[in-house]
This record gives sequence, C-alpha cells and structure tokens, in this order.
Amino acid sequence: MKNRIDSCFEQLKAKGEKALITFVTAGDPDLETTEKLVLEMFDKGADIIELGVPFSDPIAEGITIQEASLRSLKNGTTLDKIFDTVTSLRQKTDKPLLLMMYINTIFRYGTERFFKGCADRGIDGVIVPDLPFEERDEISDTADKYGIYVINLVAPTSADRVSMIAKESKGFLYVVSSLGVTGTRKDITTDFDKLLAPLKNSDVPYCIGFGISSPEMAEKMSAYADGVIIGSAIVNKVAENGVTSPEIVGKFVSELKAPLR
Amino acid sequence: MEKIGRFGQYGGQYVPETVMTAVHELEAAYEKYKNDPQFIEELKTLYRDYAGRPSMLYYAEKMTKDLGGAKIYIKREDLNHTGSHKINNVLGQILLAKKMGKKRIIAETGAGQHGVATATVCALFGLECEVYMGAEDCKRQSLNVFRMNLLGAKVTPVSSGTSTLKDAINEAMRDWVSNIETTFYCIGSVMGPHPYPTMVRDFQKIISQEIKDQLKEREGRLPDCVVACVGGGSNAMGAFYNFIEDKSVRLVGAEAAGRGISTPDTAATMALGSVGIFHGMKSLFLQDEYGQIAPVYSISAGLDYPGVGPEHTYLHDTGRADYVPVTDEEAVCAFEYLSKTEGIIPAIESSHAVAAAMKIAPEMGKDQILVINLSGRGDKDVYSIARYRGVDVVEE
Repeated sequence: MKNRIDSCFEQLKAKGEKALITFVTAGDPDLETTEKLVLEMFDKGADIIELGVPFSDPIAEGITIQEASLRSLKNGTTLDKIFDTVTSLRQKTDKPLLLMMYINTIFRYGTERFFKGCADRGIDGVIVPDLPFEERDEISDTADKYGIYVINLVAPTSADRVSMIAKESKGFLYVVSSLGVTGTRKDITTDFDKLLAPLKNSDVPYCIGFGISSPEMAEKMSAYADGVIIGSAIVNKVAENGVTSPEIVGKFVSELKAPLR
Repeated sequence: MEKIGRFGQYGGQYVPETVMTAVHELEAAYEKYKNDPQFIEELKTLYRDYAGRPSMLYYAEKMTKDLGGAKIYIKREDLNHTGSHKINNVLGQILLAKKMGKKRIIAETGAGQHGVATATVCALFGLECEVYMGAEDCKRQSLNVFRMNLLGAKVTPVSSGTSTLKDAINEAMRDWVSNIETTFYCIGSVMGPHPYPTMVRDFQKIISQEIKDQLKEREGRLPDCVVACVGGGSNAMGAFYNFIEDKSVRLVGAEAAGRGISTPDTAATMALGSVGIFHGMKSLFLQDEYGQIAPVYSISAGLDYPGVGPEHTYLHDTGRADYVPVTDEEAVCAFEYLSKTEGIIPAIESSHAVAAAMKIAPEMGKDQILVINLSGRGDKDVYSIARYRGVDVVEE
C-alpha cells in the first residue's frame, strides 16, 4: 500500500500548494478532545497531523509542549490509549497521521510491537527527535518492514550532513528552523538558502518547523520549503481553551493554510 | 556490529540532530588531545598543583579492627580541591573546552559537587559558567548554591519534573541545543551520549591508577575488593577501571536504595531498572511499562538519578562488578560511623560505599584488603543529616 504521506505531497504538488503540518499533544486536555482537534484541523486545511506522544522528560521541547505532555500524562494517557484514538480516527479520516515521540517510548513498548501497532492502527510515520541519523538502525528495519516512515530531521548545524540525511529520507524531511527547543519565536534568522542548497535536486519534500507561530511566518517560511510545521502555537491555544479549543484551533488552522494555497 | 561508543549494547549517541555536529566535534577534539603530550602535561600539572593529587590512600586501622575482617584502606578523594572526585573530570573537560575555543560552560549538578567543581575551574580559566540544579536540590544543598555564586557562576534552579538531578540534565540539554555554537556542556558523570561516558571515565581513571600504585608500594599487592558509590557512576568507574582486567579484584558499586528497594522511594537502578534509552544513552533506567522515567528518591542528592552510566550496566551484565543497594538509614549510620571511628566526615553519597564496605569487610579474611573510594567530604551534608536525625542546627 502506498504511504499516505507520499500521496499527500503528490496531490499538493499537483495543486501547487504548500503543506500545512500541525501538531497537538495527544491526551491534552483529553483524548476525546484530541480526536475532535484532529478532525477539525483536517477539515480546516491541515494536510498532515502529528500527534505528540507525551513523555516524562521531553528534552527537545520548550515549556509549551513540556506542560502539555505533563497535563496529558496526569490524565493517564498511554501509548495504547493513543493507538485506540488513532483507530477511531481512521474510521473518519484518510489523511496522514504521524506520531512524534521519544525513542524510549518505542524501545520500551518493543520496536516490533510498536511498528506493528502503527501499521494496524493506520499511523503513517514517526518523528523521533532524540534518534539521530547515526542511530537509525535502532528502528529503521522494523519500520520499513511495516511500511512506516521514520521522518529524518536536519538542523541549522547540520551543514554537510544535509545531503547524507536527505538521501535516505522518506516521506518528507523535517527542517528544524533554529537552534534550540520547540516553542514560538519572534523571528527566525537561519540562512535557509545556504542550509537547504544541497536539497535543490532532492526528490524528498522538506518542511520547516520549530518556532513558526503566525500565518505571516508560515507564508515567509513556506517560500523556502514544501511546507511548514506548526506545533507550540496550536498547543498554546489548546492550553488556553481546553475542551472548547477545537473550534478556535480550527479557525487558526484555516488562517495558517490560507497563504499556503 | 560493534559501534563506537558502545559497551556491549549500551551507550550510543541518542541526541537531537542539532547537537550531532557538536558531539562529533567533541569526539574529534578529545581523540586529538587525549594523546597530545602538551595536553597531558598541562592536565598533570593541574592535577598536582591545583587539585592536590595524588590523593592519599589512608589505612583505616580503627575501622579495620572494629569490623574484624579485611584490612580497610580509604582513598581520600574527599581531600581533593573542592572536596570531591568531581574536580578530576572537570579539569580535563574544561581544559579541552579551552582548547576548542569555547567561551561558555554549562553543567548540571545534583548534590552540587560537580557544579562547585565546574564553577571553580571556570573561575580559574576565566570562562562564563551556568549550572542547572533541581529546585529541590538547591534547597537540600543551599550551601553549595552560595558557593557556586561566590565562584562567579550563575545557578539556575530547575522546577520541572521532580526538581532533581534528572530534570537539571534535561534543562542543561535544552540549553545546549539552544547555544550549541558557543557552549560546552561539561557533563558530571559517566553518562550521556558518546564520547562522554568514555571521556569522563578516562579523566577519572587516575583514581584506580593511584590506588594500584599506592597499594603496591604499601602492601606489594593488589586489593581484593574495591567499593564505590554509584549514581551516574563516575567515581566508581574511576576507582574500578584499572582493576577490570585484574580478575582477582572484586568490584562493588553501592547504589542508593532510598527508603528501600521494596518501596517506590528508591534510586536503585541496578536492582530495579530495565533497559531504556534516555539522556543520550542506552542503559538501565527506572521507568514504567510505557517508558516514562520514574521519579526517584534518595537522601543523597548526588545519587538521586533514575539511570546509570552504560559502562556500569555492561560490567553488571557481564558479572564483572556487583552492585548492592544501600538505604538512607544505612548510609546515615555509615556517615556517623566513619566520623566517629576515623574522624573523617564523608559525603552522604560516599557514605553509601562506606555502608556497603561495613557489610563486606567482616566477611573477608584478615589477610585481605578492601579499598573504599571516599568520593567526597561531608561538610555539605551536615545540615541534612541533622534534619534526618531530628536535630535543629539552623543558625539564627
């Protein structure tokens, strides 16, 4: 079966659109709301959604997603419950769903069991911020076996690593916009023309994330890439509005998508 | 296939892409300088003139007689400048940072010993220093917070998670990712991504080299047993390393059992942990069935960590070293015992090693030799021991 992420980027390319990838922490404030948020975001223009699997010690996250993880864990969210939410979502949507998670969650659950679970439930890819390219063997064979994409990341410090990583990337390449952890930023000053130059002839789409918080920034960043990834700005709205957040987040998502069409 | 930076299956480099270039840079710099005669000479001079090495190997005659078993020697890492073994590693890493042209040093600290050592050496080298310390530990070790401030370091309390060592490391890693181009992360133990577990062990292995040389001179032989406390495990790795190939030497790590390994208030990773990947390394961790890292507890802020260095996990797996849990109560009793018996006030961390030795020594023959690595001094712990015993010693 073709991976939904590939189909998604093909369709976007045909329409001449840039991808809007959005993130919410699963189980914040509860999994029912997460399900509503996902459906609402897809409805309002999100092309791909990342579900954050809460982890006790998320070292790559800024305060916004740290607190969301904590809220979710306090509610008793587990990977199994998130899988159940995905099963439920798959009755209602056929758009790409990713899990963003830390390597220990996969390792402890059992790599084989985890990727089988992803395939059975309808997850298309995983993003693992603490699994660098050199350690990809930890999961890559098993992920391949089940047709789940492990999304590679490059950062402003990647320099001559960019081509090496891009060459082995599937789905899309996650370009970390700036140094540091996730969270909204006032400005992004990375020289993308230089950083992304090695990707000019690459087949894999690439999307910029970390710190993008407004439609204006989304538009600006999309000029450099095939799409943008928005996380903390949405999680902030979920934090403020709780169970009533889907409508507010939906409106925000349509504003974010507008300049990408 | 055996990868670099692995001890069996343990170790590795599980860090975000943003820091990979820096980790490789550090690896290359360390490979270059570790065999550089000038670097070695500079470090040797600092060890001798600044840290006060070699540290004494003291024959604890009263303790030996009292326990009635093995002859007990105490390796006095507590007599090093700044009061613990931490200075060995910090001098090495910061000398390396200086060679690499780094201007800013960050560190995490539990009990404050590593933070104090880092602040001290940064003062010496004129480098900017920021130390992350769990808010709970800042409270338990307020004297060390003030000490770091005196030395010109900025101490940032961390109140996320359990507000202890693990959270301080999380925050230091977040700082590192954010300031990777200017900042050197001086990790305090044999943990984190490669090359840290190897590099920190190399800077600490002077402890076992000295024990070996000093004991050879005094007794003309190897010890039969070496005991050290294990949190992340740097003083133990240092005390064990040069004996690993000497199979007759029993190596014992004392880990913090807190209120006991049958209670949730424990930090006994070897006794209760399972394999996981966290803080850049594959090793043993205290965690739940979904891989959430467990909140841990020990009276000792320096051992209050839910993981252990990967080389220790390897020594544990292969059976080369034994690891025993020691409770708060046993450690406090050992703290008081060594103070009264030998006039040496040990750090509460090191008291765990003393407690383990107090159990092992009587079972050994009088012709045998046991060495306790006394990793630090206990001045910093006097308040918390008083509190533990219900004595009010706060000055007005």
